[in-house]
Amino acid sequence: MAGAGKSNGIDALKEIEQFVYREARMQDEYDLDAWEALWTDDGVYWVPANGSEIDPEKEMSIIYDNRSRIALRIKQLKTGRRHSQEPRSQLRRIVSNIEVLGEGDDGIRVGANAMVFESNLRGDTVWAARNEYLLRRVDGALRMARKKVDLVNNDKALYTLSFLI
Amino acid sequence: MNLSAQTLQWSDLIHEDRVHGSLYHDPAIFEAELGNIWYRTWVYVGHESEVAKPNDFVMKSIGPQPVIMTRGEDGQVHLLLNRCPHRGNQVCTAERGNAKTFTCPYHAWTFANDGRLTRYAFPDGYEDADTAGLGLGRVARVASYKGFVFGSFAEDGPSLEEHLGGATASIDQLVETSPEGEVEITAGFLKHRVKANWKFLMENETDGYHPAFVHSSIFSVADSGIGALYGANSTAVARDFGNGHTEIDLRPEFRKLDQPLGWFGTSPDRLPDYVSRMEAAYGEDKAREIMIDGTPHTMIFPNLFIAEIQIFVLQARAVDDTVQHVTALQFKGAPDLNRRMRQQTMGSVGPAGFLLADDSAMYERTQRGVQYRDPEWLYLGRGGHRERRDENGFLIGHATDEVPSRGIWRHYRALMEAA
Repeated sequence: MAGAGKSNGIDALKEIEQFVYREARMQDEYDLDAWEALWTDDGVYWVPANGSEIDPEKEMSIIYDNRSRIALRIKQLKTGRRHSQEPRSQLRRIVSNIEVLGEGDDGIRVGANAMVFESNLRGDTVWAARNEYLLRRVDGALRMARKKVDLVNNDKALYTLSFLI
Repeated sequence: MNLSAQTLQWSDLIHEDRVHGSLYHDPAIFEAELGNIWYRTWVYVGHESEVAKPNDFVMKSIGPQPVIMTRGEDGQVHLLLNRCPHRGNQVCTAERGNAKTFTCPYHAWTFANDGRLTRYAFPDGYEDADTAGLGLGRVARVASYKGFVFGSFAEDGPSLEEHLGGATASIDQLVETSPEGEVEITAGFLKHRVKANWKFLMENETDGYHPAFVHSSIFSVADSGIGALYGANSTAVARDFGNGHTEIDLRPEFRKLDQPLGWFGTSPDRLPDYVSRMEAAYGEDKAREIMIDGTPHTMIFPNLFIAEIQIFVLQARAVDDTVQHVTALQFKGAPDLNRRMRQQTMGSVGPAGFLLADDSAMYERTQRGVQYRDPEWLYLGRGGHRERRDENGFLIGHATDEVPSRGIWRHYRALMEAA
């Protein structure tokens, strides 16, 4: 896999930021196919429970999707019968504090903070998280090989989270 | 309705084939349930494997009350209340750990992990204190069945085995899925909160009528055989064990399929290590029988749901606030089976689960709907005309019938009337 190229230049940072913002907007606006296309073939979508340092191979996570399970999640949302998303949660999120944390053979590690406002039949819910992305250049464009969403309150009892976080 | 009137009126609210909507949203009824159910009957608290070693502890609950489950140095399991007898401070804020003693941070009173007060700071200030009476509160009775630990705040009452009654068969069936005959709870819990009354959850666990509709989205896109188990032509059976315990017995369907591990959507060639351990433990014929029958789908009143591959522990926190604590079942001596249990559990349940997110949407919608003025009643009559008794005398019906709900409400009414 080709490296991501220099990730510390101003242009590279801009490109990374634009990727993160685009991913956020696709989630907010249920641009589901476009969002799914952001993933690499080995993508892993991980939302841990009970802290951020758990071993997802041994302990329960809220989401721990490999690429095929990501596809299944999107397919379910598109059936029109995913009741917890009918009507869909209305969403707007802010992603901020974007930093390049490092770069290796597997891609560029990017960190950010996120706040999501969700409005649905139950009421309004605010979600806050630390996001970590592993971005990789595939055919010239950035793609997501991993996204980890550490909800600040993931040790507590959480309401249903069936939109894309 | 006021509480004093209510004790006279349970029969007005609960009929054989209908229940009154207020049972789900009236705060006075929830208060009455705390006294007559959560703080009286046997309630599931935790599993012995969660406090595997001496001095292990883990934070659990009985309804809204936090309970510290500890294992003493002598190996005995205790259920303690998290309240310092001095000033009422919470003694422990850790979720789990290993400790011989708990020291209250306020004035350094220290308690052994069986609840006894062992020392306090500046003891000369207490000339005549009755230290024996100044321990942590305890859940009056603690008992376990095959590793599952239950507590009852009542000093007297039926024994745990009397309470479990016919449902012991489900726990027996469950532990046999392990080649060593033991379940372990080691994968951590997802805690899924719903703005709904706990009884909507309890009833839904053995409602075989809903899967075809609530879960049609995932059944239609995943390669799942679950939907057919709850179809109109299913041979599966809904059963009322009595004492509020209910099950959907899927074994008739799995026996028809006659495929070891078919209940788990897999086959022996995918889990060769597990299959050989089962055959070594039980012999080929018995192992085959166990692997065809699979694990139970049983709701143990009021809060333990054994859901084939996972357990749910229902925690009623308020009239419209319930938490489902859920984790994958892990079977001792079955690492390859356990890995799939964890993967499938993570996919299906919890706040983002392919199944439980949608059940929870139904719980919250029913909680809102049931508060609307008309009609005041919920109808539980499905399958009344074809209800019958099985060879053990338990009421059974078609998998989609409301035999379980009617059984739950009969027991509920008996508990609430026993003032």
